[in-house]
Amino acid sequence: MPFNRKPQKFNASIREVEIGVGEKAIKIGGENVFPFYTFDGDLGNTPKVGVEISDLGLDNPVPGISAYYEGCTTAAEMAKKAAEMEGADFLALSLEGGDPNGANKSVDELIAVVKEVAEAVDLPLVVEGSKNVEKDSELLPKVAEALQGKNVLILSAKEENYKAIGAAAGLAYNQKVGAESAVDINLAKQLNVVTTQLGVKPESIVMNVGTATAGYGYEYVVSTMDRIKAAALSQSDATLQMPIITPVSAETWGVKESISEEADAPEWGSREERAIAMEIETAAADLMAGSNAVILRHPQSVATIAKMIKELA
Amino acid sequence: MALNGIQIFKLTPKKNCKECGCPTCMAFSMKVAQGALELSKCPYMSQEALDSLSEATAPPMKSIKVGAGDNEYTLGGETVLYRHEKTFVSKTRYAVSVCTDMADDAAEAKLAEVSKVDYERIGEQMKVEMVYVNCGSGASADKYVELVKKAAATGRTLVLGVKDVEIAKAALEVCKDGKPVLNGADASNYAEMSKVATDAGVVLGVSGANLDELYDTVAALEKSGNKNLVLDTTGATIKETFANTVEVRRAALKNEDRTFGYPSIVNVSRLARDDRHMAQALASVFTMKYGSIVVLPGMDYADALPLYGLRQNLFTDPQKPMKVAPGVYPLNGADENSIIVTTVDFALTYFVVSGELERSGVPINLVINDAGGLSVLTSWAAGKFSSGSIAKFFKEEVEGKLKCRKMIIPGKVAVLKGDLESKLPGWEIIVAPREAVELVKFFKDMQANGEL
Repeated sequence: MPFNRKPQKFNASIREVEIGVGEKAIKIGGENVFPFYTFDGDLGNTPKVGVEISDLGLDNPVPGISAYYEGCTTAAEMAKKAAEMEGADFLALSLEGGDPNGANKSVDELIAVVKEVAEAVDLPLVVEGSKNVEKDSELLPKVAEALQGKNVLILSAKEENYKAIGAAAGLAYNQKVGAESAVDINLAKQLNVVTTQLGVKPESIVMNVGTATAGYGYEYVVSTMDRIKAAALSQSDATLQMPIITPVSAETWGVKESISEEADAPEWGSREERAIAMEIETAAADLMAGSNAVILRHPQSVATIAKMIKELA
Repeated sequence: MALNGIQIFKLTPKKNCKECGCPTCMAFSMKVAQGALELSKCPYMSQEALDSLSEATAPPMKSIKVGAGDNEYTLGGETVLYRHEKTFVSKTRYAVSVCTDMADDAAEAKLAEVSKVDYERIGEQMKVEMVYVNCGSGASADKYVELVKKAAATGRTLVLGVKDVEIAKAALEVCKDGKPVLNGADASNYAEMSKVATDAGVVLGVSGANLDELYDTVAALEKSGNKNLVLDTTGATIKETFANTVEVRRAALKNEDRTFGYPSIVNVSRLARDDRHMAQALASVFTMKYGSIVVLPGMDYADALPLYGLRQNLFTDPQKPMKVAPGVYPLNGADENSIIVTTVDFALTYFVVSGELERSGVPINLVINDAGGLSVLTSWAAGKFSSGSIAKFFKEEVEGKLKCRKMIIPGKVAVLKGDLESKLPGWEIIVAPREAVELVKFFKDMQANGEL
């Protein structure tokens, strides 16, 4: 008696969102099965991998990253180099220098960087804000304006500033809006609802439902994504059918496993290998839980995760 | 067909002997009804009661025990596909792989490496639990037995990857007391292998060229009376392995197909070959998706730190908060005169706060209070993180150890400042920001103002 397969077929599917223009444009989402369940049905578009660079250049980098960007002096040069990375589908530019508690760069200064980077590369662009709510409500609408016609994804609009950012990016300048919530299915849903009520089309929204590094409360991330995908597919909840993007590196490069130098933790071995492993293993788990795109930093992580997606899809 | 706790309770002896591990017969019955325990755990059930109940209450996925003594591990016994539905009960266990095809010194080096990773994280000891000893094609029984002996010397539970019945027998002679897994049965040899495994009293691993063949082989083994199995779901490719592993688990838990109701073995080492980073990615994949034993090409701290963290998170009981041990945690080279920051013992709070404090670079003693594993506001509201409890903890545990008398309390419980000052004379109480992300700036400002 052969094994009786019972594929989980859903009538609903995750929305397809396109980012970028021209030949290199990417589509994420579109699947009507659980993550990588190719044995159940069509995966739609395979998950995509982005490379993250920062307006601040390299901060406390590991040798592999320094070597990769050797000779680059501007963000544009780094962007060009990043775009050539094996496995890279899109580029993520972080404007962390805008944080008032950090370098506190002015909006004009940052917009100059954004324009420079956008001109340098033809890969689809994701722009990450300063993480400061007030600064982002001023900065990100300007980013959306400066990059008109490039169809970029703006990360991100939060509960506190979705009106300013959502309206500018999603309505005025026709970009894609990243809706960021903090690891809670209800908050994610609510933000999607209010953002669409502004008039932003659902197919212009990508969710960042929050993330963590493996080991740091990661169970909440898994359950949030598991539940979102289940609601989107099995209950056809249209307010949760947006694809998910996860900025992995911003989390994993900040934990002590990735920061401690070998001298401080000799038994742990090479810092670079630890940082790569934290990034790879967290990204792989994010993809299993339902991320449609992940943002990474190290060339080795980008290559490995891109290869893993290819093998699984 | 499923019975509820009350129906099961009627059939128990109702003597609350606790021999099943539950405090009362009622508690036992409820667990059986949920599928978390097997009826046979109760030594006093009458045979008729057992017969009438066993079919109805058998959990969808069997719990299989491997290893002996301190190295005994329970695999399987899961009742849900997603952790938010209830809890994952049996952690993924990791094995490092050696093979007769490896040069002797390479295999020995690999075995020596097995004991290197061994550390504690939030009350859990993290180490490689198993060694997978693979018998390459054409290897002699002597060669394999030699390698098995060396692997057994690591003290880890073994998984014997061997398809030859005679070699398997010889290997079990030297290691069966450690209750290894004999991962060797397939469609061609299952009857003989099953006998070897049952004679030695060990769990049998079953594989198949595809899911249909695996299914038929398991059905045949069950018919012959051997239900002490694990299923090797490793296929020819990564994609096929992922499909097999998910299909097997889903068939058992969602579709109640008990033929596939066994734990799994996933051999990542065979799939990733020499690609160490791919092995890391796949270790994560099969920890998330249903590997009971995941076989890896190696394990060092870089591999282990994210992997064991992920496993600890994934298999945590949603009803039991993860706690860190209360006490003083010196950060950034703090000594007894360094400033004190205090917060609760909820693991997530600890990780977020300690991470930010480490980022600040300031030497700090982080004092973790016993707050029942709850977050700051929850424990405060529950009365478990009050001026009384903090003052008591500081008098008993901190004042003797540290000389500094400056304490920084979480911004969310700023209201405790006055009370603490009156309960802890001589202490200066400083209120931190409400969010941990603001701590780095908070300390930068304190430094700039000469307050440190």
